Amino acid sequence: MTEKLLQMKNRINEALQQDKKLLSIYFTAGYPALHDTVKVIQNLEKSGVDMIEIGLPFSDPLADGPTIQDSSTVALKNGMTTKLLFEQLKDIRSSVEIPLIIMGYFNPMMQYGIEAFCAKCQEIGIDGLIIPDLPVAEYHEHYQETFEKYGLINVFLITPQTSDERIRFIDSVSNGFIYMVSSASTTGAKNTFGDVQQQYFDRIEALDLKNPQIVGFGISNHETFTQATQTAKGAIIGSAFIKHLTQNGVDTIDEFVKGIR
Amino acid sequence: MKYQVDEKGYYGDFGGAYIPEMLYPNVEELRTKYLEVMNEPSFKEEFKQLLKDYVGRPSPLYFAKRLSEKHNTKVYLKREDLNHTGAHKVNNTIGQILVAKKLGKNRIIAETGAGQHGVATATVCALMGIECIVYMGEIDIQRQAPNVARMKMLGATVVPATSGSKTLKDATNEAIRDWINNPVDTHYIIGSAIGPHPYPDMVTRFQSIISEEIKWQLKEKEGRENPDYVVACIGGGSNAAGTYYHFLDNPDVGIIAVEAAGKGIHSGESAATSQLGKEGIIHGCKTLLMQTDDGQITEPYSISAGLDYPGVGPIHSHLYRTGRGEFFSVTDDDAMTAGLELCQLEGIIPAIESSHALAIFNDKKFKPDDVVVISLSGRGDKDLETYINHFKL
Repeated sequence: MTEKLLQMKNRINEALQQDKKLLSIYFTAGYPALHDTVKVIQNLEKSGVDMIEIGLPFSDPLADGPTIQDSSTVALKNGMTTKLLFEQLKDIRSSVEIPLIIMGYFNPMMQYGIEAFCAKCQEIGIDGLIIPDLPVAEYHEHYQETFEKYGLINVFLITPQTSDERIRFIDSVSNGFIYMVSSASTTGAKNTFGDVQQQYFDRIEALDLKNPQIVGFGISNHETFTQATQTAKGAIIGSAFIKHLTQNGVDTIDEFVKGIR
Repeated sequence: MKYQVDEKGYYGDFGGAYIPEMLYPNVEELRTKYLEVMNEPSFKEEFKQLLKDYVGRPSPLYFAKRLSEKHNTKVYLKREDLNHTGAHKVNNTIGQILVAKKLGKNRIIAETGAGQHGVATATVCALMGIECIVYMGEIDIQRQAPNVARMKMLGATVVPATSGSKTLKDATNEAIRDWINNPVDTHYIIGSAIGPHPYPDMVTRFQSIISEEIKWQLKEKEGRENPDYVVACIGGGSNAAGTYYHFLDNPDVGIIAVEAAGKGIHSGESAATSQLGKEGIIHGCKTLLMQTDDGQITEPYSISAGLDYPGVGPIHSHLYRTGRGEFFSVTDDDAMTAGLELCQLEGIIPAIESSHALAIFNDKKFKPDDVVVISLSGRGDKDLETYINHFKL
C-alpha cells in the first residue's frame, strides 16, 4: 500500500477517532445550480461540518424520498453527469480537508466503469462511497478488492429490520463506519424520534460493533441530532439541508449548520 | 446452457437482487419461502382451482386457419386474451395474492403502466378482501382513465406517481418506496418478470401455465407437444417468459421475442431494449436497459403502453445474449396493421402489445409445415381509442 493510499483511508478513520460527535451533511452535486458543487463543499467545511456526502444524482433513486429525488431531477436537468462531477472536484483537495464521500446508485458507476470510477475517486481524494443498491454480498464477492485497491472505504446501511447476524456480517466487511438508517423509510426529515428508534439505537449499541455507527435518515434539527448521537458516533443530515439550499441558496450554509449542534 | 434461474438468482450474467438494505428483509423473506409456498399441495390446489373457475383456464389454443393461409404456415394462437380481466396478467396476480396470504400479509401494493396489471391486482385483492394500493404515473392516469375507473370500482386506491417522468418506471419506484416504508405487513405484487430475485422467477413460474397448457393442447391437435416456434411480445416480458418456459431446454423449439420499435429503432422513440439497451441495474436487477452514456435511465416509447418499459426481464437478456432467443422489433405502424389483419381474418381484436407479436410475419418467413404458436397476450378493448385514432375509424 502506498503512503497516499494510507492517508486517504485515514481521512474518514481520523475523523472517527476525534473525541466528538460527527456531523455529516449530504447534498446533491449540481444543485441548486450546476456549478454550486465546490462552493457547497467549501462552505460546509468552513461552517464546521466534519464529513460530507456528495450525492451523484440518478434518474431513479429508489431509496430516497421526494426532497432528494427532486434535487436529483433538478441536478440532472442542470446537466450534471459523473464526468462533470469529477471535473468539478479535480482541485477540491487544494481547499478542503475533511473526508469526502460520494453517495450514489450503482448504475451510473457501472456505466463509468467500476475500476475507472474508483481510480478517479482516488485521484481526486475521495475517501469513501455509499451505494445503497449495491448489496453487501455482491460487494464482498465482486468489488471489495477493487474498492480497497484504490483506498476507498465502502459504507453499508443497516435498518431497524436488519438482523443481528446480518449486522455482524456487515460489520465484518466494513472498515470505516456503518450507516444506521434510523427507521424503516426512505430519506426525509423528521422532527423527533420515538421509542422504536430509541430501542433500535440501544440494540445496536449493545452489539458492540468494531465499526462506529453514524445515523442517517430523519435527522433534521438539533433535537434529532442530539438524540441520534447519544449512542452513535455521529449523524447525517440530507433532506433538511437540501430544503435549506432550496429556500436559502448556498450563502447561508453556516446558519443551517450552527442550528444543528 | 442453462436457462432457468440459478441458486444466486441469476440467469447467466443477469438478475440478482440489487436492492437497498431497507428492502432486504422483505425480499429475503420472499426468496427463502417462495418455492416452499408454491410447492405446498394446498397452494397448488387453490391456484389451479382459481385459474380454472375464476380466470377461465385453460385458455384455448386456437388454430388460426385464415391467418395460416395468408402466411402459408400453421399458426396457433394461445388465447390469453380470453382470461378474466382480458390478459395474461391475472395468472401472476392470482399466484402472488396466494403467496401474500400464506406469508400473512394484509396489504398489497402494485405498480401499473397502462393499468392492466393494476386492474388484475385490484381484481384479486377484491376477491380476497385485501387492501390494495396501486401506484400509477400521473401521466398514465390521464391517458388510461377507464382502467383507473376499473381499479377504483374494484376497491383499490390509485396513487399518482408524480416524480421523474411520471410513468411506469416512476410508478415502480414509488411502489418500491412504499414497500421500504411498510416492511412488515405489505406484499408487493410486481407485474412482470422483472425486479430483484426472486420476482423474475416467481412471476415466470406463475405465467408458465401458458406453455404448460400449450404442450398438452398441441399434443391433442398436432400429435406432438413441441411447436417449431413460440412467439411472444416483450415489454418486461412476463407473457413471453411464460410462453417459453417449458420449451427453454428444447433446442428444437425456436424462441422468438418481439419488442416494440416504436417509430423506428433509431428514431429516438423506441422501446427495443435488446437493441438499444446496455447492461445495467433497474428496479433491483441487472439486465439490459435503455439509458444514457452517463447511466441515467431513459424513457422509452411505444404506441403500446404495455411495452414501453426501459428494461427487460433478466431471463430475456440471457436469452438474447446466449442467442437462444431470436429478437425482432416491430414499429407502431406494422403492429397496428397486424392487429387489424387479425381482426379481419379471425374476428379477434388483439391488444396492441399482442399485435407486435402478430407482426412477426413481416420479418420472419416460416415453412408451410412449421407449427408456430403465438401468444395472444391480451384483448384489444382497452386499446380501442388508439386503434380509432390510428386508423381514423
